[in-house]
Amino acid sequence: MSQAKQPARRGAAAQNNTKNSTGTASRKKSPARRQKPAAQPQADKPRGIGGGSRGKVLVTGAAGALAQHVIADLKERDYKVVGVEFRGLQTDYPDTVDYVVDFNTRPFEDVFREHDFVGIVHLGRIRFTQSSRGRRYSANVTGTARLLRLALKYGVEQIIALSTFHVYGADARNPSLIDEEYPMRAANLMPEVVDAVELENLFNIHMYKHPELNIAILRPCNIAGPGISNEISRMLSQPVAPCLFGFSPLMQFIHVEDMSTAVMRVFEDKKPGVYNVAPDDYVAYQDALQLAGCRRLFLPSVPPWVAQRAVRALGRYAPPDYMIDFFKYAVVIDGSLFAKTFDFTPRHSLSDLFGHYRAAK
Amino acid sequence: MRTRQFLKPRTVPREVDEIVDSLPMQNIGSQGYDPWGMHPETAKISFTAVRWLYEHYFRAQAFGLEHIPDTGRVLIIGNHSGQLPMDGVLVSFAVANKADSPRLPRSMIERWFPTVPFLGNLVNSVGGVIGDPKNCAKMLEREEAIVVFPEGIRGSGKPYRLRYQLQRFGHGFMHLAMEHDTPIVPVGVVGCEETMPSLTNIKPLARMLSVPYFPLAPLLPLPARVFINFGKPMRYANDVRNEQDVEWRVEEVKDAIRGLIDTGIAQRKSIF
Repeated sequence: MSQAKQPARRGAAAQNNTKNSTGTASRKKSPARRQKPAAQPQADKPRGIGGGSRGKVLVTGAAGALAQHVIADLKERDYKVVGVEFRGLQTDYPDTVDYVVDFNTRPFEDVFREHDFVGIVHLGRIRFTQSSRGRRYSANVTGTARLLRLALKYGVEQIIALSTFHVYGADARNPSLIDEEYPMRAANLMPEVVDAVELENLFNIHMYKHPELNIAILRPCNIAGPGISNEISRMLSQPVAPCLFGFSPLMQFIHVEDMSTAVMRVFEDKKPGVYNVAPDDYVAYQDALQLAGCRRLFLPSVPPWVAQRAVRALGRYAPPDYMIDFFKYAVVIDGSLFAKTFDFTPRHSLSDLFGHYRAAK
Repeated sequence: MRTRQFLKPRTVPREVDEIVDSLPMQNIGSQGYDPWGMHPETAKISFTAVRWLYEHYFRAQAFGLEHIPDTGRVLIIGNHSGQLPMDGVLVSFAVANKADSPRLPRSMIERWFPTVPFLGNLVNSVGGVIGDPKNCAKMLEREEAIVVFPEGIRGSGKPYRLRYQLQRFGHGFMHLAMEHDTPIVPVGVVGCEETMPSLTNIKPLARMLSVPYFPLAPLLPLPARVFINFGKPMRYANDVRNEQDVEWRVEEVKDAIRGLIDTGIAQRKSIF
């Protein structure tokens, strides 16, 4: 991919990324266009839908594994895609990333000035294990607030936001099949994930205040599969995975390809709302580990402080200690609303999913 | 999973295997779990032990099983006693083991159960579900039979001197029955009070262990005979004007349970 000469202004995240750069000096610096801009629409040429394609779509978090699938699916459906990455943690970026820019910096608006987006698929979120709490809040919440302001300013017709089932929080008293109306208790149960709840609140406010943005929030269960590097996928990939003695909570998993299909269904059908995305299939955590070919490393589970210390001692080989309750108590979500609204059935079974991890070992 | 695979062929007799396989079970996924954690293959192992307890240890006898509808939603409402939820286990087994149209009822369990290692998973795997109205509503929508003890820990944790005295009932079950057009089958359990008679609740110890009560009681349940009497279904329309009306209806159910307890006490010739 050719690298364009960039204007002097650079995004803060982009500057940070130069430390990790393995490519040329011009790579991943900029507000930061990493390639030649897409052909600017001619004055006499219709823009957006009908302008030679079905329009341009901004995909945030474009370096992620899910984004790779979403971008491919969008292109297949004749959309033009502009990929943006702000996480600044990758050592290299795939070709799906067109811009590396911090949403909180002024140059981010240039992306909107240069392109006429019909929709935004907001997949970019710094996960709980990445970066500090302050930085997460700044990027995930403040950055997204700016994204929403710009979407409104530049007349974007649709926004899909990727949230997480973690917003419900893990607690022994959780009912099963949690539906979308259930309170987002994570803010109370685990303050470290408050940015995820705040992010949803932000979208919810805009959903009702600006219905023209057609906001859809997706709360998927555990996304797993090739390329995914979230906490649960990391556990399944390890030859030895930790689990708490006497606890094997029920979990749900969705294959990354199915999640991409789910995103595309929402994008095509344009039905705003908040939706849980999960298959009607369940497996206990310890069963999942064994199906994925992992050996179990039992950690003490009581009293809780011993469990937390044990998890901390394992470092990156275990989930962060504040997420320990997700490995103790089931958080089973009800994906029936999404399945019914979008006629969605996952293509990949749990056996397929765990087969991937088993085969990779 | 491996423990299950090891234990099942060594412990589960063919009859139990057949009983569990014959039970209608909805919503079981590809890995054998339903959304509330029930796992029929694990349940078979637990059932083997429960069957022995039911038939040989507690020598339980169930009457009025014909009042349990063969299909469709139903709330089985009973008196709670005996420190451990043995009454729930025995009532569930009685319904699952009945000759005509057996079905596996789901028991509503205390919210602290899942905090205890192994216990939460074990109870879930045999059909126990956290006593949350949302859980109950979702299961009724899926036409399940549900066992509820509206006294909660007030009933199970009460000392022996209060035996067979119904404690305050929560109103949640009545609201669910009315909102989801569900029949209530009252059940009176006699004998469980004597399985683990408690002299008192050692509150400081309970607080220290974060459990609702810590009884001064035998370490293991005593082999008291258990009598389970199911009453005729009771139906209530969703037409109450206020909570007072609900309370009256709850009292009607309590009266029915009191009658069934009296029947059980009359049936009992000896405690052990």
